Formats: sequence, C-alpha cells, structure tokens
Amino acid sequence: MTIIDTRTPDPKRLIPGATGDWEVIIGLEVHAQVTSNAKLFSGASTSFGAAPNANVSLVDAAMPGMLPVINEECVKQAIRTGLGLKAQINLKSVFDRKNYFYPDLPQGYQISQYKQPIVGEGKIIISVGPDKKGEFEDIEVGIERLHLEQDAGKSIHDQHPTMSYVDLNRSGVALMEIVSKPDMRSSDEAKAYVTKLRTIVRYLGTCDGNMDEGSMRADVNVSVRRPGEPFGTRCEIKNVNSIRFVGQAIEYEARRQIAILEDGGKIDQETRLFDPNKGETRSMRSKEEAHDYRYFPDPDLLPLEFDQAYVDALAADLPELPDDKKNRLVDTLGLSAYDASILVSEKAIADYFEKVAAGRDGKAAANWVINDLLGALNKAGGDIENAPVSPDQLGAIIDLIKEGTISGKIAKDLFEIVWNEGGDPRELVESRGMKQVTDTGAIEKAVDDVIAANPDKAEQARAKPTMAGWFVGQVMKATGGKANPQAVNDLVKAKLGIVE
Amino acid sequence: MSNLTRLTISEARSKLRAKEIKATELTDAYLDAIDAANGEFNAYVTVTHDKARDMAKASDEKLVRGEGGALEGIPLGIKDLFATEGVHTQACSHVLDGFRPRYESTVTANLWADGAVMLGKLNMDEFAMGSSNETSYYGAVTNPWRAAGSNKQLVPGGSSGGSAAAVAAWLCAGATATDTGGSIRQPAAFTGTVGIKPTYGRVSRWGTVAFASSLDQAGPISRDVRDAAIMLKSMASVDGKDTTSVDLPVPDYEAAIGRSVKGMKIGIPKEYRVDGMPADIEALWQKGIAWLKEAGAEIVDISLPHTKYALPAYYIVAPAEASSNLARYDGVRYGLRVPGKDIIEMYENTRAAGFGREVKRRIMIGTYVLSAGYYDAYYLQAQKVRTLIKKDFEDAFAAGIDVILTPATPSAAFGVADQEMASDPVKMYLNDIFTVTVNMAGLPGIAVPAGMDANGLPLGLQLIGRPFDEETLFQTAHVIEQAAGRFEPAKWW
Repeated sequence: MTIIDTRTPDPKRLIPGATGDWEVIIGLEVHAQVTSNAKLFSGASTSFGAAPNANVSLVDAAMPGMLPVINEECVKQAIRTGLGLKAQINLKSVFDRKNYFYPDLPQGYQISQYKQPIVGEGKIIISVGPDKKGEFEDIEVGIERLHLEQDAGKSIHDQHPTMSYVDLNRSGVALMEIVSKPDMRSSDEAKAYVTKLRTIVRYLGTCDGNMDEGSMRADVNVSVRRPGEPFGTRCEIKNVNSIRFVGQAIEYEARRQIAILEDGGKIDQETRLFDPNKGETRSMRSKEEAHDYRYFPDPDLLPLEFDQAYVDALAADLPELPDDKKNRLVDTLGLSAYDASILVSEKAIADYFEKVAAGRDGKAAANWVINDLLGALNKAGGDIENAPVSPDQLGAIIDLIKEGTISGKIAKDLFEIVWNEGGDPRELVESRGMKQVTDTGAIEKAVDDVIAANPDKAEQARAKPTMAGWFVGQVMKATGGKANPQAVNDLVKAKLGIVE
Repeated sequence: MSNLTRLTISEARSKLRAKEIKATELTDAYLDAIDAANGEFNAYVTVTHDKARDMAKASDEKLVRGEGGALEGIPLGIKDLFATEGVHTQACSHVLDGFRPRYESTVTANLWADGAVMLGKLNMDEFAMGSSNETSYYGAVTNPWRAAGSNKQLVPGGSSGGSAAAVAAWLCAGATATDTGGSIRQPAAFTGTVGIKPTYGRVSRWGTVAFASSLDQAGPISRDVRDAAIMLKSMASVDGKDTTSVDLPVPDYEAAIGRSVKGMKIGIPKEYRVDGMPADIEALWQKGIAWLKEAGAEIVDISLPHTKYALPAYYIVAPAEASSNLARYDGVRYGLRVPGKDIIEMYENTRAAGFGREVKRRIMIGTYVLSAGYYDAYYLQAQKVRTLIKKDFEDAFAAGIDVILTPATPSAAFGVADQEMASDPVKMYLNDIFTVTVNMAGLPGIAVPAGMDANGLPLGLQLIGRPFDEETLFQTAHVIEQAAGRFEPAKWW
C-alpha cells in the first residue's frame, strides 16, 4: 500500500516542541462489532452479557472437523457500512487465515480478510471546531479499506491463583475492521473521526457503537515529524476503548515521541498499550517480536462473491446518512449549519427532532430541542431515548406558544413541569391556570388601574415613549404573566396616547 | 456362518431384503471375525459391539416390515477420522486422547440414515498423514496379503490402511476412508480392494477431522465396484454445513454398472510412465488398455505436461493447510494436555508429546512455506502449479477424452518397517505419485484391482474422470473388474 499524504501542514495544528514545531500524523484502525443475531461463521448468539461460554457453538470452540459457514447478514452489514462510507464495494473478496496461538483463539487462526477485503477506498467528512472565532472546519479523512473478521474470546486471569479462564462468547463474533488513511493531524481530528464513524454505523444500524461494551475499539497509529518532512516511524496503540482515551493516548504518545526525537533519539516501531489510569502508553511488543501471521486463503471458504444488483438493492434500502440529513435540515427547514450538525450528531437526537419538527416551525423546534431538551438532558445526565419530555409533549408546548395560548416565558415553566411531573401540556395549562389572558377587557382594566395609580410616570411616558415598557411590565406582573404581552403593549400605548 | 462375511454389500443386501439372513446374524458374524482376527491386523482401534448389535436389531425391525434404507443392516467400519458421536474419534493421534465428539459427521450420519451398522473405528495414519499406516499412534496395520511363500508382514498402504485391511480381511462389508493425496486409492491397490475418491465437493467434509481442507475428500473402500457405487451414493450429499460441498443431485451410481464402454475415449497419459517403474506395473497398464480396447473403447495417447510438478507442489499445499488445521490441537479445550510452567510451555509440551514424527515434519514444512519471505516462492508457486495441473486435465477432457487410465501405485505393497522408506521420507511420498494429481485437480479417481505382481501381490489401475462424472468411473472400472476378476488374499489367519 502506498501512503499518500493528503494534508498540507497547518500551523494551528502543530505541536510546539523545545526545538521547533512538530506535526502529528494519525491513522486509525477501528474494530466495529457487526450488529447481527449470529456470529460471522456460526449460528451462536452474539448477545452481550451472557454467562461465560453460553454463546459457543462447536465451530466457535474449534472442535475437530468443524467448518465455517458465512453468515449472510454480516456480509450485508459490511456492504451497507461500505456504502455509508462512500466506499468501493468489492464484488469478490477472500477470507484468509491469520495464524497465531492464543488460548482464547480456539482455531489457532483468525479468519480475516487480508489481500482482498470486501470494501475498498472511501471517505468520511469530519467537522472540527469551533475555533476562537466560533468557526467549524470540514476535513476529509480517507478510508483505506473495511474487512470482515472474527473476534477472539477472552482470557480471564483473576479467577484462580494459578490458572486462567477462557470465555469464548465473543469468539467468532463478526467485526468490521475499518482502516483509515493516515489523514488526521490532531487528537481532536481523531476524536471527531471516531465520533463520526460511530454516528454513521449507528445511523446504518450496522454496529451499536457502544465502546464501553467493547462493540467499538480503536488501534491508533501515531507518528510525528517536522512539518514538510516525510512520515516518521509510527507506533500502534492497541485496543483503545473510548473516544476520550483516543485523544489522551494521542496527546501522550505524540509528546513522548517528540521528547525522544528532540533528545536525539529515534522511535522504535512497536505496539503499545494505553493505560487510562496513568494516562500513558507503554510498550507491548517491538517490531522484532511481531508475529509472522502466515496469512493464506482459508480453504474451508470459497471466495465471497455477489453481483452489483445485490449491492444496489442494499444501497436503495440505506437510511438517510448524517451528512445528507444535515444538508436537508439546512436547505428545507432553514436551520443554521451549526444547529443542524448538533441535531444529526446522534441518530436518536435527529429522530426526536424530526418528530417535534413535523408540521411545525423547524427553527422553533430546533431551538427547543437544542437549548431546552438537550440542555436539560446534559444537566440531568440522561440520554435522549429516555428523555422525560417526549417529542409529542414538546411539540404540544410549541403549538401552545404558536396559538398564543401561552407566552414563551410560561412555556419554559410548562416545560419544567412536564419534565418533572409529566402530563399533557394542554391539560396542564388549563388545570394550572397558565393560559395567556387575551381577553382585552380584562387587560384593559389592568392597564387602566396601573395608569391611574401612577399618574406621574404616565406623564413621563407620554414625553418619552420608551418608558411605556415599565407599564407593560407592571401589567404583566399584575396579571401573573398570563396576559398576552403584545396585547398589553398595544393597549398601554393606546391608553397613554403614544403614537409610533 | 463365517460365510456371511464373504458376502459383498449387494449380495448381503439381497439376502437381508429376502429375509434369508438377519442383520443381527450378519453383524455378529463380523464382530466374531473382528474379535478373532483384529489381533493379527490391528485394523480396528475400537470395536463398538453394543452399538453394532443395537443398530442391527433396529435394522431387523425395519427389514421385517419390508422397510429400510439402501444400506439397511450392512455392517461397516469407519475410519477414525470421522466424528462418531460418543465414540473414539482421534484421527489415530495421541493429541486427541480421550476425544469423544458430541456430534456425528455428515458422512456417517448419511450412512446411519440409510440403515448401515457401525462395527467400530478403523486404524489410519495419524491425521491421515502417511502411505503405510505406520504413523498411527495405535501402531501399524498388517496387510492380509503376503507375498507368495513369505511370512513377511506387509503394509496395507495408507492413510486408510485400517479401512483397506478390514475390507480385504472380511472384517467389515465396506469401510469409509478419506483421500487427500491417494489415501483411498493406494491402500485399495495394496489390498486388492476398490476405492474411489469422489470429486472435491461431492461428499461433505463436515465432522471429518481436517488434514488439508482443499484436498480432503471422503469415499468408500469396498470388495467390488458395485459396492463402492452403493456406498458412495449414501455417503455423498450437498451439505449446508460445508460450503465447499456442491449442490448437485447424487446420481444412482449403481445404475452405471454394466453399461458398455463402446466408443468411449480412454486417455493414456505418457507422463505416468515414470523412470524405474517396475515391469509388472507397465504390464498391468497394458493389460488394462487391452481390456478396454476389447470392450470397444478407443485408446488415445495424451499428455498431461505438468504431472511431474504435482508431487512437489502437493507437498507444499497439503502441509501448509495442515499446519494451520492442526493448530487447534493445543491442549486447551480437549484431548491431550501436558502441563507446563506457562501457556507457551503447555503448548510446546502438549504438541511435542501429542504429535508423531511425520505429523510434526509436515507441520514444520507447512509453517515454513507460509512464512513471510517464503510464501511467494513456495505456497503461491505451488498454487500456480495446481492451476496448471487442473488445466492439463481440462484440456484432455475438452479434447474428448472420457476417462484417463493410469497405474494406481508405482509398486505393490512393501514391508512393514521398510528401512528405505523409514530413512527417506521422500521415498514414502513417491507412493502418491500417480494419485496426487487427482486431488490437486479436484477430480474423481477410482482404484480397481487388475492383476498381481510376480510375488502374487495385488496391483491396481486408476481411472480418472471429469468433475462429478463418477458414473463413468464406475462403468469403466466394472469393465476392468469383469476382465481381471476379483482378488482375495489366501486366508492365513
């Protein structure tokens, strides 16, 4: 594989060292567990949290004479993901054996794809920012390939004083290894890339993206160089299992490498581990200790072949992807790019928003979802699937404002009541007397009362019309905030004889 | 009574259906024969007396009602490579000590579904690696044949040596076997029995311990051509659990027997006339040519130019796959475990103790040829040779050849513990010189006894056919069988 440098050094991304600036080069290999009921080559279940070795078939345990049979659902998911990454779909791909010994690798080899992966080159657009001016920057990160492979089992070392236990529940579960090109130049970009990739697979339903359950993990390749120089020697940080850790690992690793180089040392190509407790990476094995995996085509499996019509049918069924959705929200609802990108960042948020916005003003809906709902969720620490205010409830609140039944200010109170206590917003407005007073007779009386009680202020207001606002405030106070502010404003001006 | 064991499958089938004999009698006759003679031959590594009697009893119940499958009540021996539920399945290796699968291979399940009775598990070369059955952890198998006037023990060939010996010595009516480079056909030729390796993909590999996945195929060893046709019909199937099995209907192979070969084109490949080939083998080949010509077939000299590269290429591809297939025998989950101070030492101790010399040799060859820096020069090159070998055959068949006739082996059976073979593994590998091409090309090949050498030992001819054209092989082999007659050892045990 020839590596093409797609980026020109950008001063704002450089890391200052003791002897000058450095540029960090990052490429990621993300392992994403395919959402499927059964494993890649066996019928065993993939459910999370089962008792150890409950989800193990004869094939997964590599019993003598067992043979792998490809799970078509996993193939479809890989193709769908490839389509979501705007990538080349290879109509013919080959499964290879990657040979090494490990207790949680029962076959003694992992079935993977080496020379001919199912998905070739593609791309992801990430958005980094905001910078000091509040601007976001879109960056294209190349995808090198996506291939299907088996996950390994798990060795458990803390259950017995002298023995290790093996849990094969994950053994044979389908993974997509998604390899980026070395196109990222900061930890923020890498984090944005993983975030975006996770958003895409979640939209597609091809991976649940739950990093804390191990459904997604990243091998992070980091090297540094002086701007304009060729790529330096890279180190691979294995199995980083959160987006935050991806950022921390890169920051630490870049500084470690810079320190070595500035001291006149050189970087050894090696595999490293990230220790989240210490926030540092440490050596796992050197290049010399690297395995010779003796890849060769798995003779138990024929090449994986399908036709373009098969791909086209999957493409036709693809859901709207985040970038497309964002463009649509901007183009048809008139949202700002910033608001739209927040709304599409998670499929659940976008789904929620679209329910609220249906038949309503998009901007109003966006404001309520972003400022009030997401704000409250942030504070309370919940996720949108379990938000105490449903899209219907929030929609009703927005409708009540639009109809003039409640004011914007009352609406905030109403939102809080629905959040804390639940209930139908319409009924709450009735039962709690929150309805806006639009009866001009009642408002008129209140205006008259305030003017009569404050003749000197009325005099001043007639001379200086901006003083009318004080009267409006007093009337609103007197009516408990329920008077229609526009009606109050009109009446105050009329009664004071202010002409605009 | 012991005459029952002399019946072929087709003869026994008629007598069972006609209720002239009972399945239980037939099974008991075989069990008695095994109990009496297995000490001499070491053909069985385990005898399943109770299971055999239970199965025979069930067959009798069906036969009484006029029901039953194609092999109802027929007692068979099963090569130790096939997984048999709850029964010794160890590929005759120490590393699988005590392994009793919870599953049944597709091949044996097919046989039981057709009513066959299991007598026990048959000896074989360890993991099917060998041509003399001497690499078995359970010891060598003795060939029922002896050279005229000699008491010297001969090998039955391998790897399906137990299968061939048991069939020839009337210790089963027929046997399952497997063939990766000649392991059905060579032992069949050494014991005067019939053995067919079907087209790759004709028989499911599911539940059969793997040696070299792209070459392994199961097939029968039997007393005559008709029995082989009957057994293969039951063994073959398309299997969703083996994606390399091919979705084609299984024909009634028996129906091909007795058809004329008149007008058929028989190819005689000149490359199979190897240096130092014994005169007996050449004479046998000429006899075969003459018989087929007499039967009205046309004899055509052909060339399969890449034949000489087949054996070296085979001994790259097969060990490469084996080195990976045998990685699972690591002492972690089943079979032998020899403890060590850590996991690496446990692996090393287990595999050092568990595998025999020949298996270790092939694992090392296979590991070497797949290693970084050697892959292109060995494995990839061997795969290219394989493509060329396949093309040689395709060209011959495209030119109108219906079936290719060759010797099955370069010699008759040799002695147990032969010093020359033991000191030079390549000499042993040369046993497969006429048979490996067929595995490399994925074609069907049958070995049929056709004569004897000067010492009175049986010799076989091989017929090679088009993919999935086993019918033509049975048809042609039957013509040779009719002309050559049947070959049975003089009973000395």
